[in-house]
Formats: sequence, structure tokens, C-alpha cells
Amino acid sequence: MSRNRLQDLIPRLVLSPSLALILIFVYAFILYTLYLSMTDSRMLPSYGFVGFENYEKLWNLRHWWRALGNLAIFGSLYIVICSVLGLFLAILLDQKIRGEGFLRPIYLYPMALSFIVTGTAWKWFLDPGIGLESTMHQWGWTGFEFAWIKDRNLAIYTVVIAAVWQSSGFVMAMFLAGLRGVDGEIIKAAQMDGASNVTIYRRIIIPMMRPVFLSAFVVLAHLAIKSYDLVVALTGGGPGQATELPATFMYSYTFTRNQMGIGASSAIIMLVMIFSIIIPYLYSELRPGRQR
Amino acid sequence: MITRKFAALAAGAAILTLGAGASKAEDSVEVLHWWTSGGEAAALNVLKEDLEKKGVTWQDMPVAGGGGEAAMTTLRARVTAGNAPTAVQMLGFDILDWAQQGVVGNLNEVAEQEGWADVVPAALQTFSKHDGNWIASPVNVHSTNWVWINKAALDAAGGKAPETWEELVAVLDKMKENGITPLAHGGQPWQDATVFEAVVLSLGNDFYKAALNDLDPEALGSDQMKEAFDRMAKLRTYVDDNFSGRDWNLASAMVIEGTGGMQMMGDWAKGEFLKAGKKPGEDFVCIRFPGTQGSVTFNSDQFVMFQVGEDKQKAQKMMASAVMDPAFQSAFNVVKGSVPARTDVPNEAFDDCGKKGMQDLAEANSGGGLFGSMAHGHGAPTAVKNAVNDVVTQHFNGELTSEEAVEELKNAVAAAQ
Amino acid sequence: MSAEKIVGTGRGNRFLRVVLYAVLILFALYYLLPLYVMVVNSVKPLDEIRQGDMLSLPQIFTLEPWAKAWSSAQIGVQPTGLRPYFFNSILMVVPAVAISTILGALNGYVLTKWRFRGDDVVFGLILLSCFIPFQIALIPAARILGMLGLAGTTTGLVLIHVVYGLGFTTLFFRNYYAAFPTELVRAAQIDGARFFQIFRRILLPSSAPIIVVTVIWQFTNIWNDFLFGVSFGDFDSLPMTVALNNLVSSSGGVKEYNVHFAGAILAALPTLIVYIVSGRYFVRGLMAGAVKG
Repeated sequence: MSRNRLQDLIPRLVLSPSLALILIFVYAFILYTLYLSMTDSRMLPSYGFVGFENYEKLWNLRHWWRALGNLAIFGSLYIVICSVLGLFLAILLDQKIRGEGFLRPIYLYPMALSFIVTGTAWKWFLDPGIGLESTMHQWGWTGFEFAWIKDRNLAIYTVVIAAVWQSSGFVMAMFLAGLRGVDGEIIKAAQMDGASNVTIYRRIIIPMMRPVFLSAFVVLAHLAIKSYDLVVALTGGGPGQATELPATFMYSYTFTRNQMGIGASSAIIMLVMIFSIIIPYLYSELRPGRQR
Repeated sequence: MITRKFAALAAGAAILTLGAGASKAEDSVEVLHWWTSGGEAAALNVLKEDLEKKGVTWQDMPVAGGGGEAAMTTLRARVTAGNAPTAVQMLGFDILDWAQQGVVGNLNEVAEQEGWADVVPAALQTFSKHDGNWIASPVNVHSTNWVWINKAALDAAGGKAPETWEELVAVLDKMKENGITPLAHGGQPWQDATVFEAVVLSLGNDFYKAALNDLDPEALGSDQMKEAFDRMAKLRTYVDDNFSGRDWNLASAMVIEGTGGMQMMGDWAKGEFLKAGKKPGEDFVCIRFPGTQGSVTFNSDQFVMFQVGEDKQKAQKMMASAVMDPAFQSAFNVVKGSVPARTDVPNEAFDDCGKKGMQDLAEANSGGGLFGSMAHGHGAPTAVKNAVNDVVTQHFNGELTSEEAVEELKNAVAAAQ
Repeated sequence: MSAEKIVGTGRGNRFLRVVLYAVLILFALYYLLPLYVMVVNSVKPLDEIRQGDMLSLPQIFTLEPWAKAWSSAQIGVQPTGLRPYFFNSILMVVPAVAISTILGALNGYVLTKWRFRGDDVVFGLILLSCFIPFQIALIPAARILGMLGLAGTTTGLVLIHVVYGLGFTTLFFRNYYAAFPTELVRAAQIDGARFFQIFRRILLPSSAPIIVVTVIWQFTNIWNDFLFGVSFGDFDSLPMTVALNNLVSSSGGVKEYNVHFAGAILAALPTLIVYIVSGRYFVRGLMAGAVKG
């Protein structure tokens, strides 16, 4: 009997170290950050309680609004383009392509690299003085202009280009996996009914990709909100503050500007944004009806 | 109260971790710094070898990026974990902020023995001491209000180095006519701010001190400040379209190659010119920003000594002393482009610009024209510095008009205090 | 059996086929461009980089930048190159990947085959941890590592990477094992097999695809981490990314772009190899679990 009790306990014992670590390193830290956001912390944590003062200051900062505005532009473009491009490439790759094994890793590899590695190359490429623009000029196309990264209204779009480059291959892999899982019988049946290829994709296959879209959305949305290296490597937040994002804002207020209280309050806002995307998704995934 | 509690905690943690590593008998110093480029690192290596000759092992902890910003993040984590390095390269107000946390060591004994108080300029001592105690060894003094001009470009533009704002504008105009980029500049907030503080200084010592050291709201919101921003807007017209995000050394390269006329940058730019084989006076000219001769805005790299266990204190003191050694100060600063942090170091080893730098520093020090550089963390605490940088950068990039910038500057500085 | 047949039956449209390949190759070029820029410029002398355009092939081919980046570039006070840091990274990544993968597999096993009241909540809590911005963890994590006496050690770094990888590894295995027939587990139970026996004999042998996905994912993330490495590393445990950063973003001096690029590729090489070698299994693994809800 006692041996059976032990057998019953083992699963929970196995799970408990992970759960304990996560409760401390994630949830306790979040509570700690919440508390910090209501203190007068500057360079290091200090515990003088100031209520919502930091949040008031935060929402009065032009800099923060700028970061949020940029996130809106960056996030929506990034998610939409990555999803569309990912699906598009996956559909193309799924047409019995010779050399798929060769092409796929090419699309996928950017995900393996950090922007510490590729940042310099991107910066070069986008810089009109040495990059694409100058190369085109040397090749004789002197009217060519590509100086977005220097333009405060357009610089955020260069960040999108690089971000799409990094993640769209991964999204492609997700869609490809989804497409490979589609039941061939359904398609055959549709073909028998005389449906054209376009119709089959539009009416049958793409709607079946709904769960993949959702997964992709969650992955991309949280990557967008957490985007940090990318901006630091490409533009450093500039020109001016034209490419500042919440993650760079939070880092700089917490660690380089000695305004840890404000930094913590911006972190809390970011967490609220992330969780308001993720929790409904999780809820829909985990609700009892869908369990296996 | 709170800081003291924190200090006690940190010290406690430090002792705990030290207990674990106490078996290391040999003397060692762990040094957190961001001097990783060839010349700087080679200069620092002099110190390392000097210490190793005396039996002290050097444990290197280099973290480059953002003019020390990355290293300061590391330091936060290290101190919070109770694992502070022995010595940390640091600038200006950061030093005082850390001192207030009660986590730094005490160098009074060494300082007294070696008479640091007599040889270190008073303006530097405000950052090397806290509560009357020595906490850091200053390595160098950089001054930020320099202009580096390509000699050939200057000759083509009349040949006379500008001494006033009007003359500067005339030279810049002429360079523009001659078809080069008159002002080689990199659009990064700290570079914009470096130019800005020189412009402010050119409007008068008192104005600089009131606005950027004392943070007087009246000076910050004054018509003079608007004039400063107007001058920044004027300077913006001499910069090429491709300036934003450019590293400072690439801007220097433009002046070296002659595609750019001049660069407004601290004395570290000189190293770039020398490395390219250029000679001061022949190939390039170094002047103070027009209207600021006799005044110096400075920043000073210092090695702040942190509280460490007793087994490391001996090595720590040896390092503090080695940094202040006149021979090291000379050797290091010749390479780095800065001038020694002690006033009694002979100037023989330095080139013309270096000699001028040393002379200017002495003159500014005695004439009351030596001020902490805002752009480099010696004018005001970090939060204020960044608030100023924000406004200057936004204005320089055309996001704010001069009127708006003055208003925003006043508010931002007030909010950051 | 899947969509691949569609174009094939589409009245043999050769033209479409050509367009298809053209588009695919065009995109391949887009993805390869930054890597191309890095590789080409890492084998040019510095002078050639200054004059030429970034896309042109080298006139003089040299491997010197690679040698320099590896063994003699200035990272700190001494010109050590990236080599010592490379081994620091290996020492950190291998145990961190192994431990987080094993824990993730066990968690996934428990959450699907040994269900208990509230297991969905537990899974939700673990999963949500994937989404926390790492910056908020720095200060409190430093405190905890300090209290454990792990500050500035490779062990401390491994611990941190394991913790922040658990969410992903658990997710991957949980989704994979969810599709694994529970009847097999029940049958084994009736035969008297124990918890770990069932895991080892029944689930583990068929877990290869998801192990590949998990290892790739963890390896890449941990290898590429900068923030934790720079905060919790010490003079003898700084990882490769920190060293690369010291090389690339040093504050002064001549920027040796060719050395920077060579160093960047060296730093990326392990992850690139992992992706290319096991990329085939990656999509298969995704198919098997990670993509499905």
C-alpha cells in the first residue's frame, strides 16, 4: 500500500522542482517587479513606497508614448507580414519542390542567429553610405535611393524588414508542418468535385490552418513585445527616438538611466500586454472540451 | 536608512561568497572595464603587467558597449549578488551614486601616503572622494570641447582656425562651397550632446555652470538656451544626410580622409588621427570649440574600488597605487589621447595636442573654467544626463523646434531629478 | 498524400512551375544576403572593404581575419581572440540544454499521462513563463544566485538557463506526448511497470523528433543569450556572445570589419551547424507536436 502511495506521489514529485523554480524565478519576480514599480528605486532597488507615482510619470513621458506607437506599427506589420510570407512560402514549398531539403534550411537559418551576430551586416546593408544604395550606385543605377534607416519616419520599417527576415522562416516551418498534416482524402474529394487549386487552398486548406495561425500569432506577438537586440543592433533606438520600443525603453530606464521605478512600471505594462494576448489563447487551448 | 540596510546585506553576501573562495591564497584583482579596443587595451595592459610584476594576478572582466552602459548593468547584477569586482572603471556621477549605496572601499591610507590630494585637481576630487574618503583612483582627464579640423580643408576655407561662432559659421560655409561635408558628425545621442555642451559653453562659463551643472531652471529656460538650440539647428545644416547612427570614429575617418571638414569631439578622437599616420599641426588642427578657449569640460575615467574581503584588500591597494603612478599615467594617456589625472606628470612624452590639452587643463583649473561634462556623466546624475540627451537628440533630428526644445529641456530636467 | 499533388494535376502548367522556382530562389537570396555579406567581407583585407562595395567578391582572399578573430583579437586587456570564450559557452550550453530537455520531457510525461487535479493550471503557469521579458529577472535573479553562492559561476548560468527554458521544453513535450496513445501506458501499468520504467521503455524510444526540436530550440536560445551571460558570468565564465560584443562594439580604434564578421560567423557557427544538420527533423518535430494546440 505504501509503495502504491509512493507511486502516486512520484508524478507530482517529478513536476515539483520545475514548478518551484518557475514560481520563484517567474511569478515571485513579477510580484517583486510590481512592488518595485511602486517604490522610489533609482539605481538599485530601494523600498520607499510611492504608490502610483511612477505610472503617472511614465504615461507623461513622450518617450514612452513614442515607444508604444512604434510597437503598434512594428508589431502589426511584423505579425502580418511574417504570417502571410510564412504561409506563402510554405504553400510554395509544399508543391513537391526539388531541392526542398536545400531551400528549407536557408529559410530557417536566420532564427538560429542572434542580432549580435547579424546586426553589423544589417546595419551595413541598410546604410546608404556603404550598403544597398551605394552598391546600386556603383552598379550604375544612380537614381536608386534607400535611406530609410536615416529617416525618422521610415526607420521603424527597416526594423520590420530585419525582424521579418529573422522570424518568417520559422513561421514557414510551422505552416509547412501544418500543411503536411492535412488529410489527403479531403483534397482528393474536392478535386473530384472539380474545385480549382486556388479554391481548394482558399476554401479548405487555409481555413484548416487556423490553429497554426493562432500559434504563430502568439509566438510573433510576444517576440514583438520583447524585441530588444534587434533595435539595439540596428539603430540604437534612433534616429532621435524614432525606433524606440517598450523593451528598449524599459531596459534603458531600469539600467542605464537610474530610474528603476519607472522602468519597473513600464515592465508591468509590458507584462499586462503580453498576458492579455496569451491568457485568452491558453484558456481556449486548455478548456476542458479540447483535452485529449 | 534603506541604503545602509542594503549595504549591510550586500556586505554580508560578499563575506559569504568570499568564504567560499578564501582558499585562493594569491593576490588578485578583478577589474570590470570597457576598454577593449586595441590601443586602450594595450594601454591598460601596462597596468596589468606592472601589477603582475608585483605578484598580483589580474582577472579581466571586459564588457564593452554604450560607453560603459553595458558594464554598469553588469555591475548592478554583481553587487546585488554580493560578488562585486575589486575595481571598476567608472565615470562621474555614477561613482557618487555607487558610493551612496555604501558598497565601495576606502583608499585613504594609500592616498595619504602618496599625497594624492596635492596632485589631483579639485574638480576631479569631487568624484574620487565621498564623504571625505578616497574611493577611486582617477586614470585620466578627457576634455570634450575640442574641434578637429582637416588642415587642407581649412586652408581651402581661408586657413584661419575659427575663434568665434561667426568665424566658425564662415569656415563651415566655405567648406560647403568647396564641396565637402563641413561637419563630420555621428547621430547618436551622446555625440549630439557632446556638440551641444560645447555650444552651451561657448555662450559663457556662468551660463554653462548654471544650466548644465547647477541645473538652474531659469538658465535652462532662458533665451540664451534658445540661442544654443538655434546654433545646434544651424550646425545641423552642415551635416551630411547620412549622419544618423554613425559611430564617432567613422566621423573622424571622414575628417582624416578630407571628405569631412571638421569634427566636434572629445580628445579621444586624436587617437584615430595618429593611428592613420596624421601629424598634429600638419595634417590636422586641434582647437577648442570657438569661444571656449580657456575653459574645459572634462570627464575622467576612474577605477572605483569596491568593498572586498580582507584577502583581496592588499592587492586592491596595490592596484590603486599603481594607477596613480606617474609613469603609468603618462604611458596610458599618451596612447589614449587624454591627459594625466595628476598635475605633476611631465609633458615630454605628449604630442602638440596633448601638450595643449595639459596646458588648457591647468589654465582652466586655476581660472575657474573647469566644468564637468554633461554629455559624459560629469555634469549631472545619469537620469538628468539622459533627459538632456533626449531633448538634444530630438531637436537635432528635427522633432522639436528650438522653442519647444527649451520648454521640453526645462521640464525633462525637472522630471528627472 | 497532401497538397503537393495539386499543381501536378493542374493541366501540367510548366510556366507556373518556373515562376514557382523563381520565387523560391528569390526568397532564398533575401534570406542569404546578410550571411553572404558577412562571409564575403570576412575574407577581404581591410583596405578592400573600405574601397569596394559590400557585395563584391574579394580580390585578395585572406583567412587572416578568421585566425585573428579566433586567437588574437582584442577582447579584453589581452589579445586572446574568441577561443577561450567559445569553450566557456560550450561548458554552459551542454549541461543547460541537457537538463532542461530532460526536465521538460518528464514534465510533459506527467502532464499528459499522469494527470491530476489542477494539472492544467500547473501547465498554464509553466507555459506563461515563456513570455516573461528577461530584463525584469536580472536584479532578483542576481540576488538569488548570490544567496546560493552561485554568482559568477557557470553553474549559476546553467541554473538560470534551465529555469527560463523549462516553459518551452515542457510545452514541446507535453504537446508531443498528448498525441501518444495513453492505452499503451495504461497497459504497461497493469503489467506492473513503474513510472520511470514506462517513461524509459515506452515514451522515450519514440521521442526522437521532439527531442531534436527541443534541443535545437534550447541550444540556439542559450548559445545566443547575451543578457544573462554578461550579468551572471565572471572573468572565467563569460560566454562567446559577450566576447563577440566586446570585439564588435569596442569604443574606439580602427574598426576591423573583416575581423568582426569573421568573429560573428565563428560565434554563430555552432547554431548554424545544428540548424543545418538537423533542420530536416525540425519540421518533422514541429508536425509531431509543437504546432498543434
